[in-house]
Amino acid sequence: MQRFLNDPDDIVDETVRGFVRAHADRVRLHPDNARVVAALDAPVASKVGIVTGGGSGHEPAFIGYTGAGMVDATAVGELFSSPTAKSFRDAIAAADGGKGVVVLYGNYAGDNMNVKMASKMAAKDDVEVLTVVANDDVSSAPPEEREKRRGVAGEIFMWKIGGAKAAQGASAEEVRAAAQGAIDACRSVGVGLGPCTLPAVGHPNFQIEPGKMEMGIGHHGEPGTSVTDLGTADEVAAEMARLVLDDHDLPAGTEVAVLVSGLGATPRNELYVLYDRMARAIEGRGLVIHKSYVGDYFTSLEMIGATLTVMALDDERKALLAAPTDCPAFGAA
Amino acid sequence: MSSFANAGAGAIIRDIAAVIVENRAYLSEIDGKIGDGDHGVNMAKGFGRAAERIGDDASLGEAMATLSDVLMSEIGGSMGPLYGMFFLEMSETIEDLGAIDADTFAAMLRAGLDGVASVGSAKVGDKTMMDALVPAVAAAEAGHPDMAVLLRHVAEAAEAGRDSTEDMVAKIGRSSRLGERSRGVLDAGATSCAMILRGLCDGAAARLDA
Repeated sequence: MQRFLNDPDDIVDETVRGFVRAHADRVRLHPDNARVVAALDAPVASKVGIVTGGGSGHEPAFIGYTGAGMVDATAVGELFSSPTAKSFRDAIAAADGGKGVVVLYGNYAGDNMNVKMASKMAAKDDVEVLTVVANDDVSSAPPEEREKRRGVAGEIFMWKIGGAKAAQGASAEEVRAAAQGAIDACRSVGVGLGPCTLPAVGHPNFQIEPGKMEMGIGHHGEPGTSVTDLGTADEVAAEMARLVLDDHDLPAGTEVAVLVSGLGATPRNELYVLYDRMARAIEGRGLVIHKSYVGDYFTSLEMIGATLTVMALDDERKALLAAPTDCPAFGAA
Repeated sequence: MSSFANAGAGAIIRDIAAVIVENRAYLSEIDGKIGDGDHGVNMAKGFGRAAERIGDDASLGEAMATLSDVLMSEIGGSMGPLYGMFFLEMSETIEDLGAIDADTFAAMLRAGLDGVASVGSAKVGDKTMMDALVPAVAAAEAGHPDMAVLLRHVAEAAEAGRDSTEDMVAKIGRSSRLGERSRGVLDAGATSCAMILRGLCDGAAARLDA
């Protein structure tokens, strides 16, 4: 493995340590839990707290979205493994400014269990906890089983909208509704060209043959919907846009925000090549691109591939998207 | 009716932990064939740490509570909460008991199963720990006048359930990615669950009065 490693068992602690040191102007480590990162100003009195969390290996997600106007505290898990219920609970306590906490996380078995248990623990601490579980990945289940879909890069929009709503002084229920509305307005798809390796395991946890691509792949290598010959960038981009937009079925004239993220080992220039074709496909459906984000926003270790997320906007989401944000992964909007 | 003393039986959990730590590489190896390959690593980390914190005079209920706390506060993932709830609910069932007889042993396992079901969604046949646990609880609840025989039935039911996962297709978790290709390999969760139940039953049998 051509990787920068010390002891593979220490990689998450070292990542968090480096992250907090690098971004000490915006975040800090929880004093009693090395797997919780909090915004410098958290908890903000009389503001609804925003919490997220998930496995490591998706950097800059999840920790990178900790900061003013976004997430107040983030629970950190092992690579591709949910944080503990205790870490979620400590993150909830760190985010609690007395007005309740909303946990915005992705639809994975471990996260569901640990958030559920942490919510019960927090209730005993007299903290009101509401949750929104992201399920924007169109390839992970058919539309009539949306509750089974995984959460992927649409989570970033969910955090942005929920975080901005909380910063405006909204109630916990209003923040929950805004974040739920954001994820309901999101559809995503991923494509994989090459696998990734957990350092402690030492070999790829799945294979994609050279010359092939796996459409609909998940953020941890969950199975896609098809393995086909790798087409041109334009063909791949057009297919990703088709999958997202067919599922979304938005009326012409709808304004959208677009996010294209690399999965870790795809160069930025290729993401722009994809974006160019995706944007034409989106506009070809009569949709209006209001704002776009292209970069490594939500990765899967060193997987080769990309995700496309489209969020439908309304006046409120447009205003919340433009609200000030200052977190390491998502600069001032 | 025969029974075993709760007091001092915490050593059963230490013995189970030793088996899990001993099988760290084996559990990771079978997990690696169809999953992440980290089951043995995470289980050994959790059970090993808990064993160090269980004193010689700990009751079974106390030892289970210690193990549950480590799993839920330090391990995470899916196995942390699943086994964490399993041992938490079992410990709460027996914490005030002086002795554990066949009925309370069955009630303890039932509470553990309910604890797992309260956080997980797997059913028998999904190729998970439930395939070992559910038949074991059924064997305990079926009862037997001789508790030593009952304990043997429970452990054997768990192991038969574990073996049944070899011919199953995974329907839940990461290994479900492989579909048909997940057939032919034991499920790592069912395997560790059978080890735990075997240890629990053998430890109890060795401590039975009369």
